[in-house]
Amino acid sequence: MTIGSVPTKFRISVDHDQCMLCGRCIENCPYGVFRMENDKIHVNSRQCVACHRCIAMCPRDAIDIEERPVDYRSHPLWTPEVREAIYNQARSGKIILSGMGNAKPYPVIFDSLVLDACQVTNPSIDPLREPMELRTYIGKKPARLDFKRTNGDIELLTNLVPNLQLETPIMIGHMSYGAISLNAQLSLARAVSEVGTFMGTGEGGLHERLYPYQNHMIVQVASGRFGVDINYLERGAAIEIKIGQGAKPGIGGHLPGEKVCADVSCTRMIPLGSDAISPAPHHDIYSIEDLKQLVRGLKEATEWKKPVFVKIAAVHNSAAIAAGIARSGADAVVVDGFRGGTGAAPRVFRDHVGIPVEAAIASVDAKLRSQGIRNEVSLIASGGIRESADVAKIIALGADAVYIGTSALVAMGCRVCGTCYRGLCPWGIATQRPDLVARLDPDVASKNVANLINAWTLELAELMGAAGINSIESLRGNRDRLRGYLLDESIMKVLDIKTVGA
Amino acid sequence: MCGIIGVIDRGRQRMDGSKIKNALSLMDERGSGEGAGYVAYGVFPDFADLYAVHVFFDNIHETKSVVDRELNKWGTIEHQEEVPTYEQQNIRKVHTPWRYFFRPDPSLMPRSITPDDDIVAYLVMRINTSIPGALVFSSGKNIGVFKASGWPEEVADFYRIQDYKGYMWLGHNRYPTNTPGWWGGAHPFNLLNWSVVHNGEITSYGTNRRYIESYGYKCTMFTDTEVVAYLFDHLVRRHGLTPELAVRAMAPPFWDEIDRMPDKEELLNRAIRLAYGPALMNGPFAIVVATHDTMVGFTDRIKLRPLVTGERGDKLYISSEEAAIRVMEPDVENITMPRAGEPVIGRVRT
Ligand code: SF4
Ligand code: SF4
Repeated sequence: MTIGSVPTKFRISVDHDQCMLCGRCIENCPYGVFRMENDKIHVNSRQCVACHRCIAMCPRDAIDIEERPVDYRSHPLWTPEVREAIYNQARSGKIILSGMGNAKPYPVIFDSLVLDACQVTNPSIDPLREPMELRTYIGKKPARLDFKRTNGDIELLTNLVPNLQLETPIMIGHMSYGAISLNAQLSLARAVSEVGTFMGTGEGGLHERLYPYQNHMIVQVASGRFGVDINYLERGAAIEIKIGQGAKPGIGGHLPGEKVCADVSCTRMIPLGSDAISPAPHHDIYSIEDLKQLVRGLKEATEWKKPVFVKIAAVHNSAAIAAGIARSGADAVVVDGFRGGTGAAPRVFRDHVGIPVEAAIASVDAKLRSQGIRNEVSLIASGGIRESADVAKIIALGADAVYIGTSALVAMGCRVCGTCYRGLCPWGIATQRPDLVARLDPDVASKNVANLINAWTLELAELMGAAGINSIESLRGNRDRLRGYLLDESIMKVLDIKTVGA
Repeated sequence: MCGIIGVIDRGRQRMDGSKIKNALSLMDERGSGEGAGYVAYGVFPDFADLYAVHVFFDNIHETKSVVDRELNKWGTIEHQEEVPTYEQQNIRKVHTPWRYFFRPDPSLMPRSITPDDDIVAYLVMRINTSIPGALVFSSGKNIGVFKASGWPEEVADFYRIQDYKGYMWLGHNRYPTNTPGWWGGAHPFNLLNWSVVHNGEITSYGTNRRYIESYGYKCTMFTDTEVVAYLFDHLVRRHGLTPELAVRAMAPPFWDEIDRMPDKEELLNRAIRLAYGPALMNGPFAIVVATHDTMVGFTDRIKLRPLVTGERGDKLYISSEEAAIRVMEPDVENITMPRAGEPVIGRVRT
């Protein structure tokens, strides 16, 4: 009793005048917040994670959730989160796990960047009336072209290596089967196939039911090598070596054993119910030349038919690391910023390690340019892309394309409650419990995700048109079309942008 | 807005500057009297194999010796003179235009396959970025740029361009929105043998500039036009593309069109877009680019700026307006309006 209980995070109240005792809240809440006693709904607020499933399902709008109904004495340094983390660890002696992305109130650089539009001196382009090109090729590009000219006829001598052809620069990042449900993966896979883009498998193998969509899937090889065999590599449209992830740079993946059901264990090739903890480094990569060998090995294994990506977490030295990767023969570098989501990560990593993707992409792009190799390799940004404006801004800072993760989950109902690691996602996304998984209907969810990507693509086309640009290449790295709004001098230097008004 | 015009005589017959002055003045509606300029090819037959390095000095006594020293480090100044100018009422002579006839020493850049050009290109970038008060605005062989802040007819009279004879001329009437009044900001822009006149705005400038700067070029003129000269130099001189293919890289067909092409052509066009994507120029523009034996006119991919061509005998004309061509050549034939992105190319006979 030294510490005692801390205040509840959320307080639920039910408006009994409105409640019709339908019991939907009870059925829908996997955390056991609601119960019926004596013809009345009773609640246990302490169990609530604010997933909003009950709110969404209540036919009477009878449920209310209040955040932090009882607060601590306010103190700028000793925030409630800090105090509660100490209570938690004083009791457990353990590392605190958390879900979703960085939860610290660091300023968001995206929100201090503004885009440009044409007025008078150059006309804006109307995407409804003029062609607007968002097609993006991801993969190695030749440094230069060689031709043979025989009386007027031009023949190309340079060989083009395979690239992924995206109809929009928006892809869906790696979320494994295990971290998310098969229905969730199926929904994403159907969506990317429909809109002409790609998604990542994560380090969870490729379930048979995803085979029909394999031409739109990037298979991941991570340090645990879960689910990796030649069949898996050959099915993917591209292969991604995961070195690190923005939500937890420097450590491997975590999949709690609760989420390892029979099917997940088969797809991952691991024992049922075992925690799947990937090692922090790849045990065959201790330096950049080892990475080069793995890139080559994977290319050899798949007969040089597939682009190979390398994903790193955005860290202080990303620019030099990315330049090394670009020289390893990799086709694309993925830079995952510190706001990237995750199913489970130690809180201390999620909140304190890594740098924002905006700064990382800007410095990687600049470094590759300074070495004259920027156009030869593709650059994919991920971690905290929330809307089409973020896509436009990060492309203007130098990315070729983006991976979205959380946004795609939100399109399927996710409320960013941050408790994915418990395996009880009430929306059927981050769970393997069959009754919960069944809540996610791939027919509907795939449509929602496709709608989201299509909507962002339309907005991106409008933003480009307004800036007088009709091809995505001309937005890429075009930092002149960005301005910083109340950003400090040093960060504007990194981003290589001017201030508003300049 | 801006008005542009170019003429090439494919038989290398030289013309004096009086006609192009009249043609450009006809387009005064397109300018604002704050910048105009001309470039002529073949104007220094006595020094034809030397680089004619033209410099604007803010204060000749202070900076000329620095430039001299820089040039002497890399070669020999064979001849030099102040560019003759004639006072005009509306032109304030804020710079002293000077020209050097320069012979670079190729042994100083042993690893280059085009050491002479590389030395001069390097010197241009070096002087323009590190010597305040000196701006190299023309650096080709047998080529002279004549530009200043004023109306086209005033600038023409300021330099008396009727005294020069060239087989190819470009002219530009400026309506500046950026850097008005700055002589360096007037067109044509020139690097080595490349000269550019441009009507429009390049909305992809940020991308193009960063691309070209990653190969050692430095954009020093605070305007989007110079990047066109550097892109041509990079694509044609360094990468060996034909002018047609260079234009294809800068104003490529749309993917929809490429998808429908026969296999071989599809591959070629896709390869160009993949390899040279950052060279794609967006925004409204009509451009005429020249090098010693070729003149190329083209517009952006949806032709948001006008471009007209006409011919008469050996002469090919490219301009913003048909009327301007008619001033130079009342009996012009074959007036055409090239399609968006399609290059019009005139070459001297060899
Ligand atoms: S879902 Fe709403 S109406 Fe139904 S029992 Fe719960 S609170 Fe009452
Ligand atoms: S996926 Fe589910 S558990 Fe995870 S944050 Fe979203 S709603 Fe919560």
